[in-house]
Amino acid sequence: MELLPELLRGANVTIKVLLASAALTFILAFIAGLGRISKNLLIRKLTGLYVEIFRGTSLLVQMFWIFFALPAFGIHLSAYFAGVLALGLNYGAYASEIVRGAILAIPKGQTEASIALNLTRWQRMRLVILPQAFRIMLPGFGNISIELLKGTSLVSLITLSDLTYQALTLRNTDLSYTMPAFVLLLVLYFIIALPLLYATRWFERRASKGVAS
Amino acid sequence: MTWDWEFAISVFPRILDAMWIALAATITAYILALVFGLFLTLARRSSFRPLALLTYGFIEFVRCTPPLVQLFFAFFALPTIGISLSPFVAGVTVLGIHYSTYISEVYRSGIDSVPKGQWEASTALNFSKAYTWVRVILPQAIPPVIPMLGNYLITMFKETPLLSAITVVEMLQTAKIIGSESFRYLEPFTIAGFLFLALSYPAAVLVRKLEDRMKLAYRK
Repeated sequence: MELLPELLRGANVTIKVLLASAALTFILAFIAGLGRISKNLLIRKLTGLYVEIFRGTSLLVQMFWIFFALPAFGIHLSAYFAGVLALGLNYGAYASEIVRGAILAIPKGQTEASIALNLTRWQRMRLVILPQAFRIMLPGFGNISIELLKGTSLVSLITLSDLTYQALTLRNTDLSYTMPAFVLLLVLYFIIALPLLYATRWFERRASKGVAS
Repeated sequence: MTWDWEFAISVFPRILDAMWIALAATITAYILALVFGLFLTLARRSSFRPLALLTYGFIEFVRCTPPLVQLFFAFFALPTIGISLSPFVAGVTVLGIHYSTYISEVYRSGIDSVPKGQWEASTALNFSKAYTWVRVILPQAIPPVIPMLGNYLITMFKETPLLSAITVVEMLQTAKIIGSESFRYLEPFTIAGFLFLALSYPAAVLVRKLEDRMKLAYRK
């Protein structure tokens, strides 16, 4: 049990990384998701390229690239910033597909009705399409947030002292800590994930209230 | 210090060689995930409640904890209770079990989409439970979800760099070793990233094509 304070210090870092990268993920998801259905060909191509590159390579490679290879161009980022950036860019690419899919899933009649009511393109998106699409996105966003939590464990490999890093350090101080530290580590991650899991389900139920099917 | 082609070309073969390790790990882990995933799906549908609940708990727990931590657990913690696995075996087992929980969800969605009438017809024809599963339900449940299964193969391939954390010398680990030898990280990491993209992007396009064809074939 003397292991717990050490691990909780790491949990603090993990949660900070999680919140920062979640914010970046959702911002990028909307930018890229809307960009891919833009009328402008250039924007479509650029956001498409971003999504394909970050979905096509693995998160750890991206994180190492940002942390170890970017300094070759004179860009030195702290481990914290590099970790958050890699997580945000990677999961943002995945989440943008959720945004895009949800917007495309809204029946065409909604768009046509908005045009008939003389709404501008921006009003149509903001007042008609997005509020309905948001409901479809929620389960996907919930899953992404759990994936993101799991992804934060990778920052331990670029020297950030998160939950996982603390467990590895404990193991280095005393080998007999290995088993209890890692069991505790798994349980702690699960405990952090539980609110995300329940929040997702709650949002799903709430958002579908008063909607047919 | 910027991109050096000569250096890049000189280290390319070393990273390419490591790709085979990554592919071997992916395929072994994938087969494990396919088999164990089916087992999880069936156990979760079991009419024996404790087994179904236990399986449900296991799936949620494995899905909600990071694969990296599970790798460390298998590689560092299990030996303390007498289970020593080689890095490759530990890596493949953990990846396989982690993704089997995702694959079991895929199977479940396939099985749920088989109409209830098929079960009733099998009962009416007095088929045994095993016969119903093997000859009636699974042949209808699996083909529509093949594209989804393909997606997980690609996802698992992209997860293999995690194995570098438990000393499996796959592409990322090779790139890292080259980096620490030469103090040049840009080229090896870029090459590793490029190789991942070069394999997974065409595979993803292929799966998307398959998806479209499946949609036509199984349109309800």
